[in-house]
Amino acid sequence: MNTNSNTYTIIYSTVLVVVVAAILAFAAEFLKPAQQNNIKVETVSKVLTAALQADETVNIPADASDKDIMEMYAKYITDAYFIDFTGKKVGESMNLGKEDLQKIKVTTNSDLKAQNDQLKAGKTDNLRLPVYQFDINGQAITVIPCYGAGLWGPIWGYVAVAADGKTIKGAIFDHKSETPGLGAKIAEEPFYSTFAGKALDLASEDKIFNVEKGHHAEANVVDAISGATITSQSLGRSLNRWFTAYRNFFKEMAAAPAECWECEEAPACGEAAEAAPECCTAEPENNTNKEE
Amino acid sequence: MKDVNLKETLLNPILKGNPISVLVLGICSSLAVTVQLKGACIMALSVTIVTALSSMVVSMMRKSIPNRIRIIVQLVVVALMVILVDQVLKAYAYSVSKTLSVYVGLIITNCIVMGRIEAFALGNKPIPSFLDGLGNGIGYGLILIVVAFFRELLGSGSLFGFQIIPDSFYAAGYLNNGLVILPPMALILLGCIIWIQRSIQKDLQEK
Repeated sequence: MNTNSNTYTIIYSTVLVVVVAAILAFAAEFLKPAQQNNIKVETVSKVLTAALQADETVNIPADASDKDIMEMYAKYITDAYFIDFTGKKVGESMNLGKEDLQKIKVTTNSDLKAQNDQLKAGKTDNLRLPVYQFDINGQAITVIPCYGAGLWGPIWGYVAVAADGKTIKGAIFDHKSETPGLGAKIAEEPFYSTFAGKALDLASEDKIFNVEKGHHAEANVVDAISGATITSQSLGRSLNRWFTAYRNFFKEMAAAPAECWECEEAPACGEAAEAAPECCTAEPENNTNKEE
Repeated sequence: MKDVNLKETLLNPILKGNPISVLVLGICSSLAVTVQLKGACIMALSVTIVTALSSMVVSMMRKSIPNRIRIIVQLVVVALMVILVDQVLKAYAYSVSKTLSVYVGLIITNCIVMGRIEAFALGNKPIPSFLDGLGNGIGYGLILIVVAFFRELLGSGSLFGFQIIPDSFYAAGYLNNGLVILPPMALILLGCIIWIQRSIQKDLQEK
């Protein structure tokens, strides 16, 4: 057979491509559930890690299985929902997995990317920003995500904020393809542990929080990573962009215990407002959930 | 069909015909992924799997591949293997795949994979081709691990992420060498390895 004829070449390449595409499609379809579950468990463990930094006595064990992580998440979480730019809850709460761990719902990176694109474009009308609320042994902790472009690919993370709406209790970051040994350090504990104890400057126009070179006295600045200028700056910008989006939400959270403005259910909050002031801004049904 | 010594096929590329230090292939990825030992090990393993399997598959197809599009056919096969390896890791070894994902592109373009397919798999039976790919992958991985060992030890003071150099050294004024983290130092280390190898194996020296 003449393997050099044009017809043979064209038929050969067509068949090859179709076969390869079929193999890949089959593999992708077959492996998809396992992959998506991995991504979900990873997000859950990130959100939980950020929240648990509020209490030194609780940690995710290093050898925790996927199920252990999910169980811990279901144990500590009190509510998870979406807010719009004004800080009001929109839509239904996400499934917390209290009854069935398989049904735990969290936002994925592609969700965050869609929100980030809107924020970058300055569109605030259709934002659906996720909020995760935890009760870590009595401390009300709110975890919010951030997402942005790093040096080589996306970087993202989760920041845990205390009930006063500005004190940072913990943070964790991750990246797709930052330089190993340099920018990749944002995902390592020595870096993200410097966030705990810092505070947001909600009054600031363009610097709610930042990552800057050198040691700073300000509460809203953390030290950058040397050798990873672009990654550090990008992280600072992403944090700022997301904190700006959540600004109204945090302001309301900070104001809630004292004034409880626009809060028709104020009496229902009652004592709970002390421990979990965000209940005043949340939907009434969440209060009942909390009390269960 | 000429006879191939299977043992020789497997062992030759590991030292005597090492793809990096003798053939000087796959240099760019060995500069990029040797900052940390863990990444280097994962890269070595993945490249070994990809070279071995794609050499074998191309060797099975070798009589039917039209000569004019053989490079494209090889590339498709290599890309298929890399994507499959990546997908399987993502499903069953997620933490490993997270470290690896950066380097997947580098495996597809790794000169060793294509080089061995062109030079060996196209003219040999599947089993020798598989062993040749395996040997070259191991040879590549060996150099990668040696370079990464020195780079992580001198550049970060750790191995596999565990701190090796005690805090008392740092207290006494010892500093990690920042240059070792950067690619140029990997090139210098590679040069040293080639130098040592050539001074031991005199037959490698050019006249």
